[in-house]
This record gives sequence, C-alpha cells and structure tokens, in this order.
Amino acid sequence: MNPSSRENDLPSRAAWPWLLFIPALATGLVCLLLLALGMSPLAIGRALGSGSLGSWLKFSHVLSVWSPLLLCSCGLLFTFRAGLWNIGIEGQVIVGAIGCTAMLRLWDGLLPPSVLLPLALAAGGLAGGLWGILAGELRNRGGVNEIFGGLGLNFVAQGLIIWLIFGPWKRAGIASMSGTDLLSPRFWLTTPPGWRVAPVALAVAVLALAVTILLLDRTRFGLHLRAVGANPGAARLFGIRPDRVSMRAMLLAGMLAGLAGSLQVTAVYHRLIPAISSGYGYLGLLVVMLANYRSPAVPLIALFFACLVTGSIQLPITLQIDSSLAGVIQGAFVLSALLVHGLRRGKD
Amino acid sequence: MEISLADLLAGVTATAAPLLLAALGETVTEKAGVINLSLDGTILLGAMTGFAVAATSGSLAAGFLAAAATGLAVAAVLSLIGTWLGQSQVAVGFTLTLLCRDLAYFLGSPHARQPGPQLLASPLPLLSRIPLLGPALFNQSLLVYLSIAAIPATWFFLYRTRHGLVLRAVGENPAACWARGIRPRLVQTTATLAGGALVGLAGAGYSLALKPGWGRPQGCEGIGWIALALVIFGGWHPLRVALGAYLFGFLQISTILLQDLFPALPTQVFQVAPFPIMIFTLILIHAGRNARGRKQRFLLRLFRGRPPAALGTTYRQD
Amino acid sequence: MIELADIHKRFGRVEALAGVSMRIRAGSVHGIVGENGAGKSTLMKILTGFISRSSGTIRYNGRPVQLRTPRDAARLGIGMLYQEPLDFPHLTVLDNFMIAAPEHDPGRLRQQLVRLADRFGFDLAPDSAVERLTVGERQQLELLRLIHRRCKVLILDEPTTGISQRQQEILFAALRALRDEGRAILLVSHKLAEVRSLCDRVTVLRGGRAVADQERPLDEDLLLRAMFGSLPRRQRAVRARDRGRPILAMDHVVSAEGRSGLHDVTLSIAEKEVVGLAGLDGSGQAVFLRIAGGLLRPDSGSVRFPGCETTAGAGGGDRQTVFLPADRLREGLIAGLSIREHLLLAGDAPFFLAPSTGRARAEKTIADYNIIGRPSTPADGLSGGNQQRLLLSLVPEPARLILLENPTRGLDVRSGAWMWRFLHQRMRDDGAIVFASPDLEEIMTQATRIMVFFNGRIILDAPTDQTEIRTVSRAITGRVPEDAGLPAA
Repeated sequence: MNPSSRENDLPSRAAWPWLLFIPALATGLVCLLLLALGMSPLAIGRALGSGSLGSWLKFSHVLSVWSPLLLCSCGLLFTFRAGLWNIGIEGQVIVGAIGCTAMLRLWDGLLPPSVLLPLALAAGGLAGGLWGILAGELRNRGGVNEIFGGLGLNFVAQGLIIWLIFGPWKRAGIASMSGTDLLSPRFWLTTPPGWRVAPVALAVAVLALAVTILLLDRTRFGLHLRAVGANPGAARLFGIRPDRVSMRAMLLAGMLAGLAGSLQVTAVYHRLIPAISSGYGYLGLLVVMLANYRSPAVPLIALFFACLVTGSIQLPITLQIDSSLAGVIQGAFVLSALLVHGLRRGKD
Repeated sequence: MEISLADLLAGVTATAAPLLLAALGETVTEKAGVINLSLDGTILLGAMTGFAVAATSGSLAAGFLAAAATGLAVAAVLSLIGTWLGQSQVAVGFTLTLLCRDLAYFLGSPHARQPGPQLLASPLPLLSRIPLLGPALFNQSLLVYLSIAAIPATWFFLYRTRHGLVLRAVGENPAACWARGIRPRLVQTTATLAGGALVGLAGAGYSLALKPGWGRPQGCEGIGWIALALVIFGGWHPLRVALGAYLFGFLQISTILLQDLFPALPTQVFQVAPFPIMIFTLILIHAGRNARGRKQRFLLRLFRGRPPAALGTTYRQD
Repeated sequence: MIELADIHKRFGRVEALAGVSMRIRAGSVHGIVGENGAGKSTLMKILTGFISRSSGTIRYNGRPVQLRTPRDAARLGIGMLYQEPLDFPHLTVLDNFMIAAPEHDPGRLRQQLVRLADRFGFDLAPDSAVERLTVGERQQLELLRLIHRRCKVLILDEPTTGISQRQQEILFAALRALRDEGRAILLVSHKLAEVRSLCDRVTVLRGGRAVADQERPLDEDLLLRAMFGSLPRRQRAVRARDRGRPILAMDHVVSAEGRSGLHDVTLSIAEKEVVGLAGLDGSGQAVFLRIAGGLLRPDSGSVRFPGCETTAGAGGGDRQTVFLPADRLREGLIAGLSIREHLLLAGDAPFFLAPSTGRARAEKTIADYNIIGRPSTPADGLSGGNQQRLLLSLVPEPARLILLENPTRGLDVRSGAWMWRFLHQRMRDDGAIVFASPDLEEIMTQATRIMVFFNGRIILDAPTDQTEIRTVSRAITGRVPEDAGLPAA
C-alpha cells in the first residue's frame, strides 16, 4: 500500500522510453475500443481537442476544472508521501463546499462581501481539513484503515449535502437535485467577460502548487513525511511522531480539498448542488497515481485530465457519444502506467 | 402501512442477495491474500453487460453468464498487474473501480432506459407453503436461492476442503506455501478470478432482478464499497460477512418503511442513509474490537477475526 | 545419496558459493559448519530449490537432478526445517500438518499426527493454534510433517536456536532415530558441541568453499582452524572501570510483549558500565532493550533515567538514550532516504532545506565513519556494515545510554571490530552501553557486566571478569548457579 516516496527514483535517462509507452498503450487501447464500437477515434480526438483547446473561452473552461483538480492533487501528494491512501478526499471537497456556503449564508449582511468572501473560502478549507482530521483520528485512535474511514465519511458527506439541499437550505419553492438557490452575485468570484475561469481561483491553485512543492521538497516537514511514509517504526527512533505527522498530512490534504470545494461554490456553480465535488477528489487520486506520486508531472497531468473532462462535454451533442468516455480514457492512462511500471520493475 | 414479518424477511433476503454474492466473492479473494478494491466498478460493469446481453439475446442465463465473465475479466487485470507485476493492489483496484464505472456508463449508454427481461420468482414446491419461512425464503428468484446456498458453500469450501485450506494458507504465509511446493501466485490468481466472477454476477443481480434495467445512475452505485467493508469488518468469515449483508438489506428495507414515519425528511436522504449508517455501524464494532478492557470481551468474541497475514502484499516468487 | 559437484552461486558480483563439492550418505548425520557468510544458507537454499545454482551438478541416488523449485525438492524427498519456523501461526496444528498433504482426510491425518507425535515423544494438541506453541514445538510439528511426507533427506538450519535444553534432547533423540531408519540428515550449525554429539561427518565451509571434511571422531581444534582460518584468540575482557552514578533504573518492570515477556525486572545500570545481555533468542532481551529505549511501555513497574532530563527517552534531538535495532534496514534506517537525509533527521535541521543543506556534514560523517557511499546514497543501497556505521553516526552527541541489539549481526569480522573500537572510544564518562548478543565470546570480551535472560527473567547478573563461560552457558539453558550474583539490589 505504500506508494513510492523516494528522492532518488526520479526517472533516469534510461527510464524515459518506458514512460513513453504509457500514453502509447493507453491511446492504443482506447482507439481499439472505439474502433470495435464503430466510432472514429480521429473524429473523437478532434472533438476532444477543439472542445478543450479550440478557443480561449474553452481553454479557460479547462482551467476552471484544472484549479480544483490541482488543489485536490496537491493535497493527495501530502497524504501519499506519508504513506496514506486518502480516499476520503471526495468527502473533504464536499464538506469544504458546505463550510463555505454556510459561512456565506450565516454572515451575509454582517460583513462586507470583500471581507466575507475570503473568510468563506478559508472556512471551506478549514471544514475540509477537519473532515480530513476525522478520518485520521479514526485511523490513529480507532484502528480503522483510512480507506474505509474515508469512505464512510464520504457517504456521510454525501448524505449531509443532500439533507441540506432538500432540507434546511432548500430552494424557495420546491427542493430539487438542481441544488440550492443561487448565491448573491456579490459572492461570486469575478470572472472577466470572455472568460470561464475566475482569476482568483486560478491564482489560488497555482499558489497551492508552489507551496506544496516547497513544503514537500524543501522543508524538514517534507522530510518527516517521507520518513513516516517509508518506515514509521524507524521514524520513531529519530524522535518523529508518526501519528502526528500523518495527522498533519491529513489536515493539509483536507484543507486543500476543502478549498477546492469552496471554489466549486464561489467560482463555478454559485450554489450548492449534490454533485458539487464533480468527482475531482477521486480524479485527483488518479492524477497523482499517474504522476507516480511525485509533484513534477502533477500540474500537466491535471491539465490533461481537465482537457478530457471539458472536451467531452460536447460529445453527446456533436457525436452522440456518452461523455463518460473521458473517464474511460483517464482510467486507461492510469492502468497503462501501472502496467508499464510493473513490467519495468519485472525487468530490473 | 402494515407489513408482515414474512414480507420483511422476504424483502431483506431479496435485497441482500447480490450484495451477499459480491461480499462472499471478495471474502474468497481476500482469504488468499489479495484485496480487490474494484468491486464498486465491477458490479456496475457486470450490471451493464448482464443487462445488455440479456436484452439483446433475450436470454437471462446468457446475461448472468456475461456478467460473471465481466467480473472475471476485471479480476484478471488486477491479478496481472497486482499479483504478477507487483504493483500495489489498492492502486490497481481503485483505478479499476473508476475505469469500470465509466466504461459501464459509456458502453451502456445505448441500452439506457431500454426494456429488458427480469428474473422472476420461482417458488419451491411445498417449501414455499411453510408459514413465515415459506414466503420469506422459498418464494424467491433463483438468484436469491443461489445467494443463500453460497453462504454454507463458501464456508465449507474454505474450512472443510483441501483447496480451501491451501487458499487460506497462501493468504497467511505465501513463502511457507512455496516451500511446500504450492504455487502461491497461481492460487491467488484463481481465488481472485473466482471472487471476481461472483462480483460480476452480483452486478447482474441488480440489473436483471433487484433493480431491473440500465441507466445512469443504475441504483447499485456504492454497493461495492459496502461489500468491501462487510468483508473487512466481518472478520473475513463467510458467516459473519453474510450476517452483515442481511443487516444492510434490513437497513435498506427499513429506511423505506421509516420514510412514512418522517414525511418531513426528503426521500433522497433515505436513499443515501443506509450507506453511512452501515459503514459506521461496522466501524463502531471494529473500534470496540480494538479497544481494551473487560467490557468489550463479549464483542471481542463475537467479532473475532483478523486479516489474512499476507493481505495486500505481493509475493515475488514462483 | 546426494552428491554435489562444483556448485557455484553468484549474486551479482558476489560469489556466495565458489565450487562446493560434497557427498551426503543415507543413514548418517552430516554436519555443515562455518562462520556467518560462509555460504551455509545459500547451499541449503539451493538444495531445497528456493534458489537455483549458477553452475555445477547435483546427483540424487546417482541421477543428475534439477532443483528449480521447492516442489522439485519435495518430490525427491528433500525437506528442510528452517531456523525461523516457516509455518502458519494463525492456523491450527492439524491444519499446518495437512497443508499440501497428498490426501485431504482430516480424520485420518489427525490419527497419523497423534501417532507420529507419540512415537517421538512430542506433545502436540492437534487443535491448538500454532501461534501458541513454543518455537521448539513448532519445529517438532514441522519435523513430523516432513516425516509424514516421507522425507528422505532432512535439512536442519540451526535447529537448537531458541529452544529449551529438554526440547533439544528430544529433538536429538528423534534425529538419531531417523538416521537409524536410513534417512540422511544435514545439520547446519555453528555450535560445535551439538555437532560433535550428533554428526557422523562434518564439512566446513569458508568463503563459499568446502575447506575441510571430517569423519567421526571429530577433531575440534582442526574444525575450528578450518572455520576461522586460525583459532579465535581469547581476547582480554574489557576491564571494569569504576562504576559511576546510576543511569538507568528499573523497578519491578513487567511486560507481556514478545515470546516470553518480561517478569518483574528490577535493576540499575551505572555510568561507565558495558552490559552484555545473553540468553536464547526471545528470552526477554529484545523487550528489555525496547522498554529501556522508550519504544515499549511496560505493563507495570517504573523505568527511570536518573540524571537525565528526558524521562521516557522517547525523542527529540537531545535524546540521551538511543536504541539501535538488530534489523537495521527494517527498524533503524529508512529505505529510500539518503545518508544526508538521515543525518538531517537525526540532527537539528532548519525548517527550510536546500539540496545542499547538510551535505558538508554528510561528507564529513562518511569520512569519519568509514562509510562507503555518497551523501545521496540511499540507506538501502548500503551494505550491512555500512548501514551499521550509518546508524552509529546518527547517535546524537549527548547520548549517554546506548542500547544495541545484536550489533555485529551480519557484519564481517573487520566491521565488527571497528564498531567495538568506536563504541569504546565514544563512550562518555557519564554514559553506559547495553547490548544483546547471541555470541557469548562477544559479550565476554566487550562487556564489563553480563546479564543472562531466561524465560523473561534475569537469572544471572555478574561482572564478566569474575564469571566462567561455563556458568553463563548453564544459565542460558535455565540452570541457575547457587552462588550467582542475583539482583544484588
């Protein structure tokens, strides 16, 4: 269960050809599938490309997916580094969105929007962080594997958001799956005309990436994370407390995920919907796995995945193809990566 | 609303049937030391192929077979990359979960909301006339009978046969098995494939019997995670795992009943409620098991169980 | 019965076996002796099919055979008792007996198990869990299983490690009976006494070669010379310095951890002492060291460090108590982290780290401690001796109490000697060293005080220069000398 946490296994020059097999294999598999179904991989590829990179408007849409996805992926880098499988990230996004919305609803009118909005973003981060801590506590104190504690908390978060949307925070009139009432535009993160992404959201994500890389690779904390992830028993001999370090990793991951949830509310949907997380937590797990648990490739892979997500939106209309193809391609890439890494390991 | 005890029992056994198959399949897999995390996606993909094949061929049997084959195929991928190529079983399983889910929606989209066959009840003669038990247990579909029969069958296989003993031994200590001339990875692969086939079958249990039809969502999303939790918190013992499956069936049935008592709460809440309740019941039991002190002795005895010693690790020989 | 001719085995650049030839006869006990690293275990693994030879031929009853997998070996009737029992602790005795049996008939197999156990005087309940058995009993079970599988060649790897005197006697009686039935028995051991009492023929391995071959009666001096090149010189024991103030005090410490737990240990260790812990593996030394090192909390009783600010010895850069575990890579070092990073973890690293932070210090440490590696070499890329030196370099300057578990395990003689020189030099006037070792010689030469553990108790506690080796070895098997300096307060 322990993902690699080495400093020294950066792909050496000799390993590069191996890495090229990953996209080749994944693309090949997906093309075969499409051909077998009588679809044209070329047409689909073109549609995905133009749907994501065709114009600034479309690309800015990609960036609006990229920002929360990158936040989740950054959070997961911390937990993977500490040897944890933070599958509860999905719930942490949801609870972050709830925390942010709660703040906006409760203090609306008490504070000026320019003060309340940052506070609400922070509240979302805090809520997500607490949710992460909860999974960590279940693991450290209750002896519940973080995968199942996290999963349970995901279900709870899902139940919570549905209860809020259909109960206390339901829309004026009739409650529905389409979510709560829209927030007052005062609480929307500004999106310039001709853009689909709020510059603030983008800035938050980029900043988070920088801080993550700094913390992981350039600080004592990052070193402690790797020590705990690789060998918690030996880390204890160095005076490190593995429980505490892994708890900090859970807190950071939860906070970044919660921030992603806040962005989903204030920059994308402008309300709370049942699927507010858009599955970015789980997708983030795939991103980090494809990046082989290390930071350098994470922003690029997240961008690629965001392109697939955005590009597939138009598929049902233009080519009558279900948009879940994006998920199939993403899964194929990660599976290919696992296969190629496995084959390479066998060769050594 | 009045409901008889027999109806309740019948509802619980029927609701739990596919879950039971999936959880027992995963029990067999994990007893051999392999964790197959792909259950949630596999069930969905099994549900899709089962429905698609049954609807196009008109044969229910073909549908169930196709679903089992799907589960087998997914398990084969896990075996290849996890057991044979030494990659983390959790990573492979999780990737497969998401991949299979999206693959099911993608491949299944032409079949969404199409009519299809449904497995009907086939009452057993005589037995179905027994009061209370008759309607509860013997007026059901073949799938339910199969799921009930699978409980003692799994137990018997694991604890009373030679192959079951070898399978458990591999899950405990593959190196010792290798020293005795057993090929651990071959045993693990077989267990993974067999378990996977049962999981696939469970998928068809939803799309062809319990929640007939295909769509997005199908209605069985999340079940795979429950099955996984059941195995782990049921202490890897088929009988306790089965008990857990029935508990979940009961939860699902009772939330439907409770809905009438709390009209103020939205229906959607009742649909998702069993999931967190189940997981946290299991977690509480588990935490009680871990806690020290005399009070928990009883729980300890009731839920004794420990993971196969080699669960989730990769054995690199043979 | 088995003939080995010119067996070679290479692991990468290392040649573990460099042309071993020997002949093992049916109806005899054949001893294989040698130092650590002489190639004993490699040879055994080849015979059992765990690894395959690089070159050479193996004949079985005159026919050349391939031994690619344990399966091949089992088919030929070659079975092995491993030093660490290779069985299934969570399953029952009967289950263990039945796994991979040719037929699955629990009723019959149970009878056969009971009958076999009776024949050899073993006391094994078929339904108890194997994890409840002692190591000796687990060995007995494996032995019965191999006999039941009609094993014709039995290989035993250090079979008397960790078992009681009585169990050893039963085992040897059983082995003699098996030999008389015409089986071939291969005994791997480093204990000359048991080799002398049991073996009809002995082969000595050194540096991957068979350097001597002797039939009964055995000449012990000759064997020793063959094993070590020259007889080990009995070194003068380190002279006891004046004891200083107490540094570690245990008061009625009890623990249920480990194979035998720890029963009511009360003692005090003073400055300037070097204490050697002797005893069979799992007699309580490991638990004692971990409690003293603050890694385990005792179930009851108190542990104090008089004169230290830290009480539990649990952590911080200014720790005064350090523990160096036996399994260095698994318990002491962190695979994947480099030498530089280990030093950063151990020292007072600043919060922000540049790739150059600590490199100079790492280079200095590498030079000071004779480590073969670079600052960026990961711990798992170092050899055993270098890992031990890295571990030693991580001991913080102010550490007063150094606890070591089997410190020379896996080290060659030179590395071991270097380590002891270093430890004696480094020892502070207000410090003490406590180490556990399976090697009495090491304890008698390096320690000022010896404590013998038996079944979780300290049954002998005396200065080394006033103790006979015979007294110590008797104590290890559980016989307490009448005038032994038992806890003298």
